[in-house]
Amino acid sequence: MSFLSVSQVSKAFGGARVVDAVDLSVERGMFFSLLGPSGCGKSTLLRMIAGFETPDHGIITIDGVAMNGVPPNLRPTNMVFQSYAIFPHLNVFDNIAYGLRKSGLSSDELRRKVEAMLATVRLEGLGARAADQLSGGQRQRVALARALVREPKVLLLDEPLGALDKRLREAMQIELRAIQRKVGITFVLVTHDQEEALSLSDRVAVMSGGRILQVASPRELYDRPNCREVADFIGEINFFHATVKEVTESSVTVNGGLLGIVALPKTNVAHGITAGDHVLLAIRPEHVGIAPQGLSGTIAAATFLGERSHFHVKIPGRTEPIAVSGQAPAGESVSLEFPPEKLIALPATG
Amino acid sequence: MKNRTLLAYACFYLAFLYLPVLVLPIFSFNNSAFIAFPLTGFTTRWYEALADSALQQALVNSLKVGVVTALLSTLLGLLAAKAVTQYRLRGRGVALGMISLPLFIPDIVLGISLLLLLGTIGLPLSLASVVLGHLLICAPFSLAVLVARFEGFDPNLEEASADLGEDRWMTFWRVTFPLMLPGIIASLLLTFITSFDEFLVAYFLSGTQATLPVYIWSQLRFPARLPMVLALGTIILCVSVVLVVLAEKLRNQGVKKPMVGA
Repeated sequence: MSFLSVSQVSKAFGGARVVDAVDLSVERGMFFSLLGPSGCGKSTLLRMIAGFETPDHGIITIDGVAMNGVPPNLRPTNMVFQSYAIFPHLNVFDNIAYGLRKSGLSSDELRRKVEAMLATVRLEGLGARAADQLSGGQRQRVALARALVREPKVLLLDEPLGALDKRLREAMQIELRAIQRKVGITFVLVTHDQEEALSLSDRVAVMSGGRILQVASPRELYDRPNCREVADFIGEINFFHATVKEVTESSVTVNGGLLGIVALPKTNVAHGITAGDHVLLAIRPEHVGIAPQGLSGTIAAATFLGERSHFHVKIPGRTEPIAVSGQAPAGESVSLEFPPEKLIALPATG
Repeated sequence: MKNRTLLAYACFYLAFLYLPVLVLPIFSFNNSAFIAFPLTGFTTRWYEALADSALQQALVNSLKVGVVTALLSTLLGLLAAKAVTQYRLRGRGVALGMISLPLFIPDIVLGISLLLLLGTIGLPLSLASVVLGHLLICAPFSLAVLVARFEGFDPNLEEASADLGEDRWMTFWRVTFPLMLPGIIASLLLTFITSFDEFLVAYFLSGTQATLPVYIWSQLRFPARLPMVLALGTIILCVSVVLVVLAEKLRNQGVKKPMVGA
């Protein structure tokens, strides 16, 4: 059994199923993310792991111990709240030492432990600072230190970087990853920011409507999304309707409409697709090639991004422009090619 | 021109409010048993006359009632305020309305109804019955002060405390109580003063154990004792002003200091 396991967990609020029969397994020491749009149930799932909500069905176990019925104060988890929930009447030191009251440490040991944690989150010398004199980034660090100092088996982070501005957020992402490597604690992060999830995590679970759509490494999610929703949510992607003509040992031949007849490697095709199925062919903007001949169209809108450009190409016979990322050619007209090894086939429904 | 009219109006307004109150200290130091101008000389003998055992008993009674009422009312207010602000309750509005209703019932009606009720169920009149009556009057004040305080309270703070290993009881003492303290003190002071000053309900319910306002009322029948009542009134006035200023200061301090964890 894995270190943190969520099995068939459901939760409904007033009849609406917020979390619907979710299964998850997280290995020890992993940086795991729950990614999804707001209202997809990811925060509720996190709060059930922390013990603030009780699942209607299902079992959550941590390190082999079932957590159902264990109150939050007795769980081996700690949480970094979205609002940080720094105790306003305590200074930084006392906030971090809050959870160590029952640890049985002498006051010297306690001081050393808190000081070491202050150093880990790079707040050396700020122990005496009052809670209301901290910047957003410092509050985030105090919240992190306060949770980590208890050495939980699982650290839960609820949109911890959501309240920070973009530059600070990016700096904190790097630091969060470094801290996780250093302390080796299992992190479960909830976020709606796909870049954050992809750059921080070992594994990501994409959630929507209370269900898990796909659990995979960031690379795999990007290269091999298992459904339209995941493909759409993780970065930009172009879709083409197609029909499967033939399935062989190593390849799948599809009729891709504008793209013509294409043979894809079998590994690029979602499981369970058979001849005659309606599928979606998907390709990332950076994989669309510019070639002397191919599908010709006109550039509708272009954004210059330094080395590469991002542009939309209108193609006769298709309403959706095709997103392309690369070196934009001079002039308005362009020919595009779609390398079959970069095309992936997804089920057209669901 | 308009400004001057407004200024005159403001001065008149303040004079109307505070001149009658000023009469109290002035005549309490006047060396005459008759309350009339011109003043006849300075004396402190009315203050010395306060060392009267019946009066002191009344003062002790009032302090007892005030302290017990303040503590009970604040405790009830704290629980009610937490319930209505932090939980999604059915009938929240109705409950709030019912608790506040005694504010709009005339005290004399309240006093008579309580007297009838206690008589019917056969409870003797005592300081305890006065406390019950005062609780009805004071609980809405406690609730109003504490609800305002709880509304700025981030419920995540209590969750964070639970998450960091504390049970509900220790969470209350380590997080909720210290953050609510200014509100709690403001409520204690406000309800104490309300109870200490209250006459009508106390008059109906105190039986033989007079509270201070009831005692003062009984003394007004003797004209010779009137200056002494004025001296007593002056002292009560000063203490009341100090307490109210203190309560207001604490309440404002609470507003300035943010309580959310963000």
